[in-house]
Amino acid sequence: MILSVLSSPALVSGLMVARAKNPVHSVLFPIPVFRDTSGLLLLLGLDFSAMIFPVVHIGAIAVSFLFVVMMFHIQIAETHEEVLRYLPVSGIIGLILWWEMFFILDNETIPLLPTHRNTTSLRYTVHAGKVRSWTNLETLGNLLYTYYSVWFLVPSPILLVAMIGAIVLTMHRTTKVKRQDVFRRNAIDSRRTIMRRTTDPLTPPRRPCLR
Amino acid sequence: MYIAVPAEILGIILPLLLGVAFLVLAERKVMAFVQRRKGPDVVGSFGLLQPLADGLKLILKEPISPSSANFFLFRMAPVATFMLSLVAWAVVPFDYGMVLSDLNIGLLYLFAISSLGVYGIIIAGWSSNSKYAFLGALRSAAQMVSYEVSIGLILITVLICVGSCNLSEIVMAQKQIWFGIPLFPVLVMFFISCLAETNRAPFDLPEAEAELVAGYNVEYSSMGSALSFLGEYANMILMSGSCTSLSSGGWSPILDLPISKKIPGSIRFSIKVILFSFLYIWVRAAFPRYRYDQSMGSGRKVFLPLSLARVVPVSGVSVTFQWLP
Repeated sequence: MILSVLSSPALVSGLMVARAKNPVHSVLFPIPVFRDTSGLLLLLGLDFSAMIFPVVHIGAIAVSFLFVVMMFHIQIAETHEEVLRYLPVSGIIGLILWWEMFFILDNETIPLLPTHRNTTSLRYTVHAGKVRSWTNLETLGNLLYTYYSVWFLVPSPILLVAMIGAIVLTMHRTTKVKRQDVFRRNAIDSRRTIMRRTTDPLTPPRRPCLR
Repeated sequence: MYIAVPAEILGIILPLLLGVAFLVLAERKVMAFVQRRKGPDVVGSFGLLQPLADGLKLILKEPISPSSANFFLFRMAPVATFMLSLVAWAVVPFDYGMVLSDLNIGLLYLFAISSLGVYGIIIAGWSSNSKYAFLGALRSAAQMVSYEVSIGLILITVLICVGSCNLSEIVMAQKQIWFGIPLFPVLVMFFISCLAETNRAPFDLPEAEAELVAGYNVEYSSMGSALSFLGEYANMILMSGSCTSLSSGGWSPILDLPISKKIPGSIRFSIKVILFSFLYIWVRAAFPRYRYDQSMGSGRKVFLPLSLARVVPVSGVSVTFQWLP
């Protein structure tokens, strides 16, 4: 029952992302999707991934989308809403993603998939290894930093390039801004910058000519 | 089972709400005493019924909603803020075994809830349909997000010393010595990042009264503003609670004296939380406000590298001397 309580709002919100007229609503609808997906991950027993979902997806990705979308002018964005002209391309992309979904589906839960009819369903379990219970965090860490360490390290230059790309794309001519050098400012000595001249009080100061 | 869990939940939420109400009073009185005047002391003796009077006023006030504000979002935003600050109390341990939900990833849960807290603010600011509210909300959100990174790195530092995200486990690992003593700079940085995370002084330009007229809250009148306010103070107590759990030995006795063992663990925890909340108020009274670009600059250019610079030696030393738990 919890499965349906979680997954149906996810599906409906996913649909509403595309259907909502207001762009801000359309960016706020992924939040129930992520929340319900996180709940589904909890049901699967993947607690670490379930907690990473709010942090990364809701707290960072959807917030970034929200920042951009909130800058739109709502009335103009709402009137230009002819959805059906997107149908050919979006339909093709939707079908491709639907087809890709079948690559990830676990074959054991769909035992009658045509690819795996010849294997048996016997599995040999080593019970001695199950005595100590590892948390999700420990298992991920054990694999991620040892066997898959290259896969762990490679995303970091990718992220670096993405960050630099974002900065380069949006940087104006901020290099030409006149800025004060704080150290130079603090090092100014009054004895070297201000000249003192004594004026002679006996000769009258020159007045400008009135004619 | 169906009675115990709601009873536990009520047992956390009701004292928390009372605590928030009296924290508002405490803040006014402490700031007043710092400024050499007496705070509110007319309503009850020593002003103790002041929160009641405040609550009554806010309930009886006329709720105003701006004409072209998005109705549903406008109403739900303070509710979301308040709900998130209450929900995070599910993992905080008050005593040995006295925790609503002993999650093995409790630390990550706290972090997730503080990430979600940004939403209440953004939605409140945007749905008010007012440029000032929106600006205040965006600035507030950007500041919260920046200091959250620093908080995350400091949580990692504590996590390395403990080896588990379970908050009860973290508290029990501080039996020998509290983490705040060898890792005292980490505690200071965590406290300052918590100040910025909850938009409290000296990082409260987005909601300062003189500058931006309560920032994202400007269009909310009675219960909306009350809920946002309560959410902010509940967040403050939550951050104090996580400060004590993570670095001051949540319910561990102060020294191993038999006297301090007689006081129940939850009372010890409460005393430490009160001390941290008092520190929050003291800092607000004592320091001038950071300008917004200064606070963002210090968040990204000072606290982020500093917290990163604490993760590396702690993990390096732990691995070198085999002190990993």
